[in-house]
Amino acid sequence: MTEADLKAAIIECLAPIAPEADPARLDPEANIRESLDIDSYDFLQFLIALSRRLGIEVPEADYARLASMKGLLAYLGARLQFPEKN
Amino acid sequence: MIDFTMPSLGADMEAATLMAWKIAPGDTVHRGDVVAEVETDKGLIEIEVFHHGVVEELVAHIGQKLPVGAVLARLRETAPATTTPAPPAALPTTTPPAPVAAAPAPAPPADSPATSAASSTVPPAPAATHTRVSPLARKVAATLGIDLATVTGSGPGGAIERADVERAAAHAAAASASPQAADPASPATATTPAAAPDLSADHPDAATAMRRAIAAAVSKSNREIPHYHLATRIDMTRARAWLEAENARRPITDRLLPAAVLLAAVARALKDHPDLNAAWIGDSLVRRDAVHINFAIATRHGGLISPAVLDVQSKSVDAIMTALNDLIPRAKAGRLRSSELSEGTITVTSLGDLGVETVFGVIYPPQVALIGFGRLSEEPWAENGGLFVRPVIHATLAGDHRATDGRTGARFLESLNRLLQHPESL
Repeated sequence: MTEADLKAAIIECLAPIAPEADPARLDPEANIRESLDIDSYDFLQFLIALSRRLGIEVPEADYARLASMKGLLAYLGARLQFPEKN
Repeated sequence: MIDFTMPSLGADMEAATLMAWKIAPGDTVHRGDVVAEVETDKGLIEIEVFHHGVVEELVAHIGQKLPVGAVLARLRETAPATTTPAPPAALPTTTPPAPVAAAPAPAPPADSPATSAASSTVPPAPAATHTRVSPLARKVAATLGIDLATVTGSGPGGAIERADVERAAAHAAAASASPQAADPASPATATTPAAAPDLSADHPDAATAMRRAIAAAVSKSNREIPHYHLATRIDMTRARAWLEAENARRPITDRLLPAAVLLAAVARALKDHPDLNAAWIGDSLVRRDAVHINFAIATRHGGLISPAVLDVQSKSVDAIMTALNDLIPRAKAGRLRSSELSEGTITVTSLGDLGVETVFGVIYPPQVALIGFGRLSEEPWAENGGLFVRPVIHATLAGDHRATDGRTGARFLESLNRLLQHPESL
């Protein structure tokens, strides 16, 4: 999976939660929960969608690493590439 | 025959538009069945029926905008199989409490809102002293804050039965939904539901309508409820560790949110402080047995809606999470049931997601308390002569000072704190 594919998958999972926002135009450094107004319930739904899409379950302890699009790409990219290390 | 009327879905609702019928004449309905869908400022709401019976006639038409208390349909009541009296909490109890205006403005007699202006001049008080009242009707009247002197009985010999009280309550709600109703000098308009302001005259968008609905509720609260506010800091070390351990061993779809733990703790604490799980109706405190917690949820339209998580007193943390998983998406999508908007006994507002430290709440009438939670954050914590960094949450209580004193509120917050130190026992 290329980074572009991964980004598309992330945006796909965000879409039902923030339908009126355009995640594709997010500042990669911005906190997505703040910029897309995602509460803790919606954030959990986002992670559930990601787990279905990518087969990755994010432990609660790693939530802080998923704050921005940049963080999501780095964290999920590493998990996809080296599943055994995570 | 029973009039099935437009319920009040909270003190801030005046009218709703009938969107769909789920029943037809001849159908048998049971208490709790969804019988209609109405569009309100809060979205599409499924209306449940509070009687067992057979549908005789659908009175209201699809697309019609109807004030609270307007007749939607007529039912022929059938005795429920077990004749268990409905628990008071199951009634639409948060109808704007008529008693505020009721003393000078008697509720119109049953069945004839249009003619009630004339009939309301009948002195009701002497009749009541000689009229027979069923025990259930008396209980329901106390719960709903209805003066029996204003109720016309339809039972044998004019005896007042439960349905009569509920009719009177519905009419009173319709009357008090109209601003004129509060003015005792104009009883004629007060008793005519049709006198309610026609909100359809203009067409505000949904967000504006919701803003107006909230404005009405909080204005009433600020006008009528003398609030007191208490705050405490709660050490969440144990609760957070318990949650993390639980979530680490669960599949992601079964994870718990902190809200489930907080709601469980609130419900358990209320068991020891029942005066906070109550309504202020007329001039008295009416305790509720069930704990139905209105929980503030942000909608996608920018508003905040607070449907009730029902029967939290008997739900485990897991069951509360299951209930939230059902309720939150429906709240966000605007698909709630009437009981979820009318049955709440207390409100919990958690604004921690927005980074807020402390919530100073405004009570939702006729409730008498609101619990606020801020964000969970690390703070310096002094204990036993040492200074530590701990995860801390600021919990607040807004209390109705007519109903309870600060002492009750303080004890409640201490119970809440104690319970959150033993999350495994929730």
